[in-house]
Amino acid sequence: MGKSLYQKVWDAHTVGKLADGRTQLFIGTHLIHEVTSPQAFGMLRDLGLTVKYPQRTFATVDHIVPTENQDQPVDPLAAEMMSALRDNCDDFGVTYFDLKSGKQGIVHVVGPEQGITQPGTTIACGDSHTATHGAFGAIAFGIGTTQVRDVLATQTLAMEPLKVRRIEVTGQLRPGVYAKDVTLHIIRILGAKGGIGYAYEYAGNVFDDMSMEERMTVCNMAIEGGARCGYVNPDAKTIAYLQGRPYVDMSDFDTTAARWLSFASDSDAHYDDVVKIDAADIEPTVTWGISPDHGIAISETIPDPAKASTALEKASIDEALAYMKLPAGAPIKGQKIDVAFIGSCTNGRLSDFREVAKYIQGHKVAAGVKAIAVPGSQIVAHQCEQEGIDKIFSAAGFEWRGAGCSMCLAMNPDKLVGDQLCASSSNRNFKGRQGSPTGRTVLMSPVMVAAAAIAGSIADARELFELEPQAAVA
Amino acid sequence: MALEKITSVSGRAVFVPGADIDTDRIIPARFMKCVTFDGLGEFAFYDVRFDPNTGEKTNHPLNDSRFDGATILLAGVNFGCGSSREHAPQSLSKYGFKAVVAESFAEIFFGNSTGLAMPCVCLTAAEIDQLRQAVEADPSVEITLDMANKRVRSSTGLDFGFNMPESARDALVAGRWDPIQELLDREPQIADLAKALHYV
Repeated sequence: MGKSLYQKVWDAHTVGKLADGRTQLFIGTHLIHEVTSPQAFGMLRDLGLTVKYPQRTFATVDHIVPTENQDQPVDPLAAEMMSALRDNCDDFGVTYFDLKSGKQGIVHVVGPEQGITQPGTTIACGDSHTATHGAFGAIAFGIGTTQVRDVLATQTLAMEPLKVRRIEVTGQLRPGVYAKDVTLHIIRILGAKGGIGYAYEYAGNVFDDMSMEERMTVCNMAIEGGARCGYVNPDAKTIAYLQGRPYVDMSDFDTTAARWLSFASDSDAHYDDVVKIDAADIEPTVTWGISPDHGIAISETIPDPAKASTALEKASIDEALAYMKLPAGAPIKGQKIDVAFIGSCTNGRLSDFREVAKYIQGHKVAAGVKAIAVPGSQIVAHQCEQEGIDKIFSAAGFEWRGAGCSMCLAMNPDKLVGDQLCASSSNRNFKGRQGSPTGRTVLMSPVMVAAAAIAGSIADARELFELEPQAAVA
Repeated sequence: MALEKITSVSGRAVFVPGADIDTDRIIPARFMKCVTFDGLGEFAFYDVRFDPNTGEKTNHPLNDSRFDGATILLAGVNFGCGSSREHAPQSLSKYGFKAVVAESFAEIFFGNSTGLAMPCVCLTAAEIDQLRQAVEADPSVEITLDMANKRVRSSTGLDFGFNMPESARDALVAGRWDPIQELLDREPQIADLAKALHYV
């Protein structure tokens, strides 16, 4: 029997077994940012240790960066965190893509952009959305701060292997259905805890046909389905994306590319579970509650607790609707929004802004809606500005911002106020996630966010924009 | 560097209801603007313990004085999901919790907690409900996690076998929950592997 990519990468990176039975796993690439690394460097110093392989760690600043004036943190604690990262990188010789580099951005946008993210590798970062890098056929996962210390000190982690679930999505995606809808649909079906203990292998013609950026959107949200990592097997698109990027060794690229491709799952690989999904069943999907698995198609109604099949389900719907202040049984379409956010490590890449720009020309953000567009990196911002995409967003009434995590989470000035409802291209609709303890988040694709911004309420982008079949995903 | 062997954890318990309690709920992101973990304890569950509009205490179980001093947290499914922030188990630990008993845990939270010597063990929903009933009827009831024999017991006579990955249990019981020394000890093997792998 053959091996899955997960098994191949795991085996290649195994140093040995630890006394407690865990595997000591070599981490090829380590990414750090300002929020979860300072304590790790502190622990390292307390133990009198150093960064063993500084060339394998890359840093950037993203969570706390203000997006209006990037280099002016409004509060002293944020400034302290940024300067701590600078000092730590200087002290230990770690590469730092800082605000002045022109390469700063969300860590999960920067890694692929620089070609640091490569197939067949292990990637760890103190951030759960590290799963994003699985789009390249890497085994990439989030870790805690003590583990950041372990990687800094030894370039290894104590790990338990995961089982592998292959999720096959085949057939034809319908017009207006994006990678975001595919990933929200998978989480809706398998649940927010369905992936506990698993790595997700995304397979089938739908993922084959996706661009690398779309694959990143899908893998990014593996963690929202409980899977610590998700991946797509590397193929010709993976190679084409990486060719010529700054951190890709071009000296013998054919050999490199062949080695990368060799990590793809064997056709007779063993899987612990297989789930099959028909692409035609997927509609533009939005969330209605407080967990990413609270998803419904845009044409559906908000769940009614009276129709719940168990007491547990009823309690869960009651809690979610009490928080979301949404009417049970009513259509989700037409629910008023206050804020629209396009950005984040899920949907803050060039293709996301290009796609939205195709449709918003000639439209205006509805009165009373605050709409912000936040590129995932300075390079994405620069590319958008070269193509005039920023002007299209501004003309439509979006605020065009600098690169950062922005309103995905509440660590910078971009926050919801009171119980504002945000149509968001980000990844989490948890209570309070977007900075107000009573703020409400409805997750959706960037094009659906744009439609909501223009309509002033949750809308079906297919109707508003008269969407044509998509060449890229069809 | 001898570590404490976590063979048994005992204390009074408090039940925090709800499925999919995420780490944003456990420690809201705004409290992560810090360069140390000190002081995180007071912010555990902050936004559900205090009314966002009035700042008044809510009826959250952690505000119920009957459960003051509880050191064992009882919870539901998928506890600790979402963000990888170690700030979450750090805040629970600094708040005073020594162990969490739930139906299931998100993996990153589980691993972070083990690394802090805070065991996370699983029981069924029905078993947790019996423990909840016991402590809510009498908050002085003592709960014990017998790590060596994989049991959760109450002073009222409840006695359940718990589930936990064997490696994590071993790490706690044998006092090797912080793996750093063992990881460091393999430096030559790490160097050999690093050379053999094709990284730039």
